[in-house]
Amino acid sequence: MFGFGILTGLVVLPLVGAAFILLQPGKDEASVRNVRWAALFTTLITFALSLFAWGQFDIGNPGFQLVEQKAWMGSGLSYKLGVDGISMPFVLLTTFLMPFCIAASWDSITTRVKEYMIAFLVLETMMIGVFCALDMVLFYVFFEGGLIPMFLIIGIWGGKRRIYASFKFFLYTLVGSLLMLLAMMAMWGVTGTTDIVQLLNTSFPSSMQKWLWLAFFASFAVKMPMWPVHTWLPDAHVEAPTAGSVILAGVLLKMGGYGFLRFSLPMFPEASQYFAPLVMTLSVIAIVYTSLVALVQEDMKKLIAYSSVAHMGFVTMGLFSMNTQGVQGAVFQMVSHGLVSGALFLCVGVVYDRLHTREISAYGGIVKTMPLYAVAFMVFTMANVGLPGTSGFVGEFLTLIGAFVYNPWVALVATTGVILSAAYALFLYRRVVFGPLEKPALAGLKDLTPREIALLAPLAALVIWYGVQPGAILNACAASVQLLIKNYEAALAVTKTAALALY
Amino acid sequence: MTSLSLDIAHSLPEIVLAIGALSLLMLGAFGAGKRDWIITEAAIVVLGIAFLSMFYPIADKALVWDQAFIDDNFARFMKTLVLLGSMTTLILSREYMARHDIDLFEFPVLVLLATLGMCMLVSAQSLIALYLGLELMSLALYVIAAFHRDDVRASEAGLKYFVLGALSSGMLLYGSSLIYGYAGTVSFTGIAAALQGDVSIGVIFGLVFVLAGLAFKMSIVPFHMWTPDVYEGAPTPVTTFFATAAKVAAVAITVRIIITAFPGVKPQWQQIIVFVSILSMALGAFGAIGQTNIKRLMAYSSIGHMGFALVGLSTGTEQGVAGVMIYMAIYVLMSLGAFAAILSMRIGDRYVENIGDLAGLARTNGFMAFVIAMMMFSLAGIPPLAGFFAKWYVFLAAINGGLYGLAVIGMLASTVAAFYYLRVVKIMYFDEPARPFDRVNWEVTAVMAVMGLIVVLFAIFPGPFVAASAQAAAKSLF
Repeated sequence: MFGFGILTGLVVLPLVGAAFILLQPGKDEASVRNVRWAALFTTLITFALSLFAWGQFDIGNPGFQLVEQKAWMGSGLSYKLGVDGISMPFVLLTTFLMPFCIAASWDSITTRVKEYMIAFLVLETMMIGVFCALDMVLFYVFFEGGLIPMFLIIGIWGGKRRIYASFKFFLYTLVGSLLMLLAMMAMWGVTGTTDIVQLLNTSFPSSMQKWLWLAFFASFAVKMPMWPVHTWLPDAHVEAPTAGSVILAGVLLKMGGYGFLRFSLPMFPEASQYFAPLVMTLSVIAIVYTSLVALVQEDMKKLIAYSSVAHMGFVTMGLFSMNTQGVQGAVFQMVSHGLVSGALFLCVGVVYDRLHTREISAYGGIVKTMPLYAVAFMVFTMANVGLPGTSGFVGEFLTLIGAFVYNPWVALVATTGVILSAAYALFLYRRVVFGPLEKPALAGLKDLTPREIALLAPLAALVIWYGVQPGAILNACAASVQLLIKNYEAALAVTKTAALALY
Repeated sequence: MTSLSLDIAHSLPEIVLAIGALSLLMLGAFGAGKRDWIITEAAIVVLGIAFLSMFYPIADKALVWDQAFIDDNFARFMKTLVLLGSMTTLILSREYMARHDIDLFEFPVLVLLATLGMCMLVSAQSLIALYLGLELMSLALYVIAAFHRDDVRASEAGLKYFVLGALSSGMLLYGSSLIYGYAGTVSFTGIAAALQGDVSIGVIFGLVFVLAGLAFKMSIVPFHMWTPDVYEGAPTPVTTFFATAAKVAAVAITVRIIITAFPGVKPQWQQIIVFVSILSMALGAFGAIGQTNIKRLMAYSSIGHMGFALVGLSTGTEQGVAGVMIYMAIYVLMSLGAFAAILSMRIGDRYVENIGDLAGLARTNGFMAFVIAMMMFSLAGIPPLAGFFAKWYVFLAAINGGLYGLAVIGMLASTVAAFYYLRVVKIMYFDEPARPFDRVNWEVTAVMAVMGLIVVLFAIFPGPFVAASAQAAAKSLF
């Protein structure tokens, strides 16, 4: 339509919904209800459109598809969108999780509902844009643009320390991103283009690669987040409203991993190989250290936040092992973690809405009053632990294989993280769900409402489905990952022969 | 065309402004009442005619009035910004001046005269023309800074600005005389021709003094001290004028003199510009953190932004000049939006200036809060707002010019600056509402709405247009 394709539709649709909501008065109860339904419909239509895009997508083709391009800003920049096997799963993950976020905020957000829904829809535009952008500057615009709505979501609808958390989130991410911006400028200076497809076929001089890699790393490592720059995440997660945590864990963290896959690995192969030991070390530290930290948390959301950092450690480990298993496993792990951690935050939200506390010690024995909840929570806890049969297992297993091929010692240490994750997750589950039902506040708890069942059931089904049928995601990204690895090895072979030729 | 008519054709905006200012002065002095409301409107019309007169079909570039005055695309671009700043200032000033009982006819006349000085400054092609334009601008600005003469702070601001401004003019004049003494000419192109090969220390000395004088007008560190006090003390519409039109004119002439007159001593001026640019960015970022008055905050913010603009100039390349032009265009739009919002801060018929007065604005006046928030995010340089593209073009030039250290320091400074812009957003959106503001009149609302729309939708329109015309206009300097 108007010379634009499906992907533009995906980017623009949430904005259309936001504009519609903006026109609502949003003062009385009836109009607030309209706002909620409008937001839900917008996200559902966007999801349907993304499924349509998925229908048009050819998984055998490793290149970019559904590409559309328009000149932009007059000077070499372009408005170029497209998806390949690596970005398509993330687009679907984003559009899939958004209706859950809206529905999760149905009753829990009562103040300034209109602004809340607008912020979420604008955020959805930015997130879809990040995964679709095929122009470096456009990517940056979407990547950074998401900060504004997220800052407002944490700051307005967050918990007690929301202001501290929102500032920390914003400034941390900004520092890293600005360095990435400088690297992008330098890349434009060398190549004269901001087109990602052309940049993928450019080989940068090795001395420059290291600097560029470090600048991009500054941004993606913060976004990921990797140890030791992960400290904004627990704060942001704890203070954000439930839906904010879901989208933060489910999608925003994936932007870091996606960035590594789109920029660092294919564009700077030599630097990636050079710095791989560093990334491996940081990943392993993240896996073991943050798992240990998670063990001693008293706050449910904080515990899940630290477990997210640990799981992202598996992702970076898989990515930088640079073999098929590792990279595919990392993609799978990111999608799976998006579903599992999103669902876990929804589970926390369910009890938080009833008791308004996230202290683990305030709970105990709720299996007696909330049996359905206990089942749902069990499924997601097991998926978080990585139990075979859930999606969590596939990702962890593949990334560990990848790491083993890269260096068995890395895999050895990382595997202890799996044990620790079982420890903290089961410990959390036991303290919240089992044990004697002593606390008076817990006695009258109502089990899941139909709305909450509708929220958690699809996620549980998907988590188990992907656990036994991982091919759905792995096949989607297979061709693009193969191409990525082939180009990576070819680039390294060229420099190797060049180095040998010097002797 | 004869030589004289060519001269006139190429300086139509200035002539329109001069005739307009003088006739309005007569009208005010001998007209019916002392507070003739029509003068402000007439001045706005004069500015509009001056803008339209730039479209008179003539050559793209011409040196007129004995080589002292140049009319090129760079000048036209910058004059458009100057006129936009002046016009919006007058639109915003009406209500403020009336409420303070200072809606005298002299104000629009002085604004017109200052604008005339700015336009001459932008087009100056010799040291004498530069000085004439600068003084015409400055003298009018001294008066309007103290226009609220019964107000202690305004008088203080005017006096401070006058004393420091006079000092800076003296320095500029001293530098000009040194350059003339060593180069033997006042024409910019003549100076450039004289400064080939080995350059005597005397010229460098003169260059430093000239730059110091101009740095005063741009409020660049270390010549920025007047800025916070004058911004705070002067009537808010006057502050708007200082922050927009006056800044554009000063930056324009700095760019022009450096690029056209001193390409031969690039290493010398480059280190000066890099140094003051770093200082300005850092001081702007750190100085604003502790401010509680929003006009002072905008003063420090403007110091920082001038530092960012100079990042583009420091490269001395065509790309860098285009970057400065885009930066100034976006900066003017953001400042006009921000000052329109400041002029809407009125409680119980009194104007307030504390940032704390904005508390909870999102719930009492959502539109105004949204506009201010977008201005703040944009000033912080967050995409997809206009401010991001401003930073993108200047830093792009710096990276391509090999000034990596400057670019990295600039980026770090903008992170620090983001903190205080976020603080304003925090106060409006996260805090509990304080007393609501009075109704905002339609002119100010319209300015806020237009600037807000432009800043939010910059990437779609007018961004591509601004970028393309700046890149085309920057060619005229090389």
